[in-house]
Amino acid sequence: MSALTFLTFTPLIGAALAAIVPKKHAGYIRALGFGFMLSSLAWALFLAFAYRRDIGGIQFSEWHLWVPNLNLGITYFLGVDGLSTMLILLTAIITPFALLAAGSSLSKLNVVMMLLLQSALFGTFTALNFIHWFLFYELSLVPAFFLIRSGGGKLASVAAFRFFVYTLLGGLAMLVSFLAIQLATHTFDLLHLASLGQSGDLDRMLDAQFGSLGFGPGGISLLVFAGIFLGLAVKVPVVPFHTWLPDAYAEAPSPVSMLLTGLMSKMGLYGFLRLLLPLFPARMQALSTPLLWLAVITIVFSAIAALAQKDIKRLLAYSSVNHLGYCLLAIFAFAAVPHGPPNDRAAAMDGVLLQIFNHGLTASALFCFVAFIERRSGGLRGLADFGGLRSAAPVIAGLMGIAIFSSLGLPGLNGFVGEFLIFKGTLALGAFQMINESSGAVLRAVVFAAIGLFVTAVFLLNLIQKVFTGPLPERWAKFPDLSSGEILTVAPVITLIFVLGIYPQLLIALFNKTVLFLP
Amino acid sequence: MILNATFLSAFLGVLLVLLLPRRFEMLSRWLALLASIAGFVFACKAFAGYDQKSAQHFQYVTQIPWIKALGIQFFTQADGISLVLLVLTGIIAIAGVLFSWNVTQRPRAFFAFFLTIIAGVYGVFQSFDLFLLFVFYEIVIVPKYFLIAAWGSTNREYGAMKLTIYSVAGSALVLLVTAATYAVSGAHSFDLMVLADHAHIVFPASFQVWAFPAMFLGFAVLAGIWPFHTWAPTGHVAAPTAVSMLLAGVVMKLGSYSALRVAMTLFPQGLEQWRNVIAVLATIGILYGALVALAQRDLKFVVGYSSVNHMGFVLLGLVTLNTIGLSGAVLQMFSHGIIGGLLFAVVGRMIYDRTHTRDIATLGSMHLSKALPFAAFTFTVASVASMGLPGFSGFIAELTILSGSWKPFPLLLIPTGLGVVVTVAFTLRALQGSFFAAKADGPPDPAGHHEPFDPITLPEKLGACLLMATTLGVGLYPKILLDPIMRSFDSPLMHQLIREVASK
Repeated sequence: MSALTFLTFTPLIGAALAAIVPKKHAGYIRALGFGFMLSSLAWALFLAFAYRRDIGGIQFSEWHLWVPNLNLGITYFLGVDGLSTMLILLTAIITPFALLAAGSSLSKLNVVMMLLLQSALFGTFTALNFIHWFLFYELSLVPAFFLIRSGGGKLASVAAFRFFVYTLLGGLAMLVSFLAIQLATHTFDLLHLASLGQSGDLDRMLDAQFGSLGFGPGGISLLVFAGIFLGLAVKVPVVPFHTWLPDAYAEAPSPVSMLLTGLMSKMGLYGFLRLLLPLFPARMQALSTPLLWLAVITIVFSAIAALAQKDIKRLLAYSSVNHLGYCLLAIFAFAAVPHGPPNDRAAAMDGVLLQIFNHGLTASALFCFVAFIERRSGGLRGLADFGGLRSAAPVIAGLMGIAIFSSLGLPGLNGFVGEFLIFKGTLALGAFQMINESSGAVLRAVVFAAIGLFVTAVFLLNLIQKVFTGPLPERWAKFPDLSSGEILTVAPVITLIFVLGIYPQLLIALFNKTVLFLP
Repeated sequence: MILNATFLSAFLGVLLVLLLPRRFEMLSRWLALLASIAGFVFACKAFAGYDQKSAQHFQYVTQIPWIKALGIQFFTQADGISLVLLVLTGIIAIAGVLFSWNVTQRPRAFFAFFLTIIAGVYGVFQSFDLFLLFVFYEIVIVPKYFLIAAWGSTNREYGAMKLTIYSVAGSALVLLVTAATYAVSGAHSFDLMVLADHAHIVFPASFQVWAFPAMFLGFAVLAGIWPFHTWAPTGHVAAPTAVSMLLAGVVMKLGSYSALRVAMTLFPQGLEQWRNVIAVLATIGILYGALVALAQRDLKFVVGYSSVNHMGFVLLGLVTLNTIGLSGAVLQMFSHGIIGGLLFAVVGRMIYDRTHTRDIATLGSMHLSKALPFAAFTFTVASVASMGLPGFSGFIAELTILSGSWKPFPLLLIPTGLGVVVTVAFTLRALQGSFFAAKADGPPDPAGHHEPFDPITLPEKLGACLLMATTLGVGLYPKILLDPIMRSFDSPLMHQLIREVASK
């Protein structure tokens, strides 16, 4: 068994073992789960170091016939490039973080489900055959469903169900699209499809296969594109496909929200980078204006929505949509200007990848602090319920403040570098497009998106103000500060927030080569 | 001989169970379990020992003259298709016994009838003499009636009678055509291989054009082809759990298997003429079954109509007439056998035997996910398998069928795709409504203070795990079944069905 298969199966084995242990030994089950997650982390770190970043490209690849008899091209095909390695690393960091944040409230079922989810994420981020990828992508729904439900109450149940249905239907649209692609090209191999996509053969083959249906040239390829886009747009999410998200993030227990925002939303972005961009570069360029507008709407709408929230978790949920909107903006700008200066394109894309990683760290840290606050407030999490906590619990205020400022993009903290590179890259691409193609689409989008930046600052500062400053209400006079265990839980991530803020090269080096190879 | 050992062990089980004195009820269960396990072991041994490299597609041949005057022989053999279905029968038999461990009303008679059905099913899947096949086919029908009428639940007499009338009408059609075939061929033989060999020459088109639909329909009634499916939901619902499992798990497959093995191979010209009609009926079955399931309030009816929906895929796969679609149809037979069996096991045994209701809304108020977590877990797994989530057997089977039907029936893909979406919808609706309609913040259980349900017993857990492991195993490694199935379509008998070379 090779490195990546081992990585995917380690949490599965952990889940199986945890499932066997009787429910009453909850402490042992959590320890077991944590042990398995630590070994995954060690393995992921080993992979990240062993990955030859000077060479780049797909490494550690593994290929087995899976369903050979059908000529459907279904194979067990694994491999990682810098992007996948980075996401594996993120998964390996955030999952144990969420487990620790949940602490003793974690039931046996949830430990098993977290391990299953981790395995599904590893599988998604390493698969290079569509069916293989889809298997893990859909598999992640089942643990996520149960994890969201574990929030308890009618609302959590409804939210979990809605999350499940939305994502499943999106997945179905994606599956249909890939079936059409398979019929035309006889392969599900994502690397092969990517090369077909870049040469334009994919569109031609789709036309040749389905031309008789009367959609006109390029018509069927547009439908196929739309199906995949829909599936991914629901997952990220892109406004207006986001309606499942605030309820799911808010009703799930906060440690689960850490996984949802930190990792599962990345599956959608990963899909954009691994499926949509390589397969349909020309289509994405042609549609770049509406796509860019969608990104702008996502950024601005979610920022304004966050401003209007009264519940901390809902606020963070919209903030998450907002931050991933910047990634979408840069991806679409990247696709809009395929002949732009390579440096600027690389900057924009480096920004996207950094933002993915940093948002994973920061957003999950924020939800972790919400978990700590809820633990103390008896589940209260309205903005109006708090105030002045800084004086009662300075450590919470200080550390959470760091995370909020990182989310806001303060220079020196990790969040800044990604957003800076995104805006630097997209602005340059916009200028290039304006000069050479006399089209202001990218530039306009960047300017409007910058409005979102201001609103982001406002709602995040508002969060600090409402919760930590002002007079301390009587009932929170004895608000306990973080325990040493809790400090240890967040310490690694807070450290990373600083380290990556000061020395982002640590991460960029991992995927810089990969970025250069994107179409 | 190892093939014959499958149904012989079941018959031996019947004999032993009947010979037991009345008071040894527990022993009768163990005997039934042993007989089922023995049959399963023989089926697996045959499956494992099947030589895929051999030029002989049909292996384990036993050919003994039986009624010489009519040219009737005892002729059994197996190719990959037969073997896959024999293994399925073994699995369903074991699971069925495990899920009827709690039958207290005349268990000896119950298990005797049960094993008789199993023996008949084993027999059909290996018979290559039409007469012999028909004998086994009929052996299945009679005990079904008694099992449902005596041990069934809702509306059992009506359900049993309806099911029997449909089955008998179907087999009457089959018998009629078999007799006509025997007469027209003049080969003085019921040997399927001999008859099919001469099919092109001997059977005039004018004969095939009515003989094919009559025979296909006769078999397909049992497979739940629309519009002759109505026995299925009623019968499934009326039947005791183990029998619903048998009906959905293997008996419906008798219909689709025989339609493929007999009707389609004997009358190729008839098939050509009726192919499109069957494809349309199958597609209607897919969509109609899903839509009706969406409207049901009784959980068991949901599962019953889902069988119509899934069997529609089998029938559609059969008439694609390419290796991919046909193999997908056989794989779907296996897959639905396991998943359908599992769904009925949860609904009939785990839930209904404890709650005494199958009304989705009533079940929803019972906090089943808390009260019976194992049942909720099993039903969730069965549901996601049934809606075709990748990783489970249903996904690869339906994917294969859709892929095979693209070439011959491009337009049918739209209603079929719609059917898939509705399948997701009705499955989720049933799952959510009956297990996860949590009202945890409302008053607990307004229906009254019922006693806590009996915990799920070990036999139930074992049976459920067996079925779940099978659907997952096949879903992750479909090659194990697809290899022998696809190989089977190279044999002269089956290869004549292939109308187009699968695209490379």
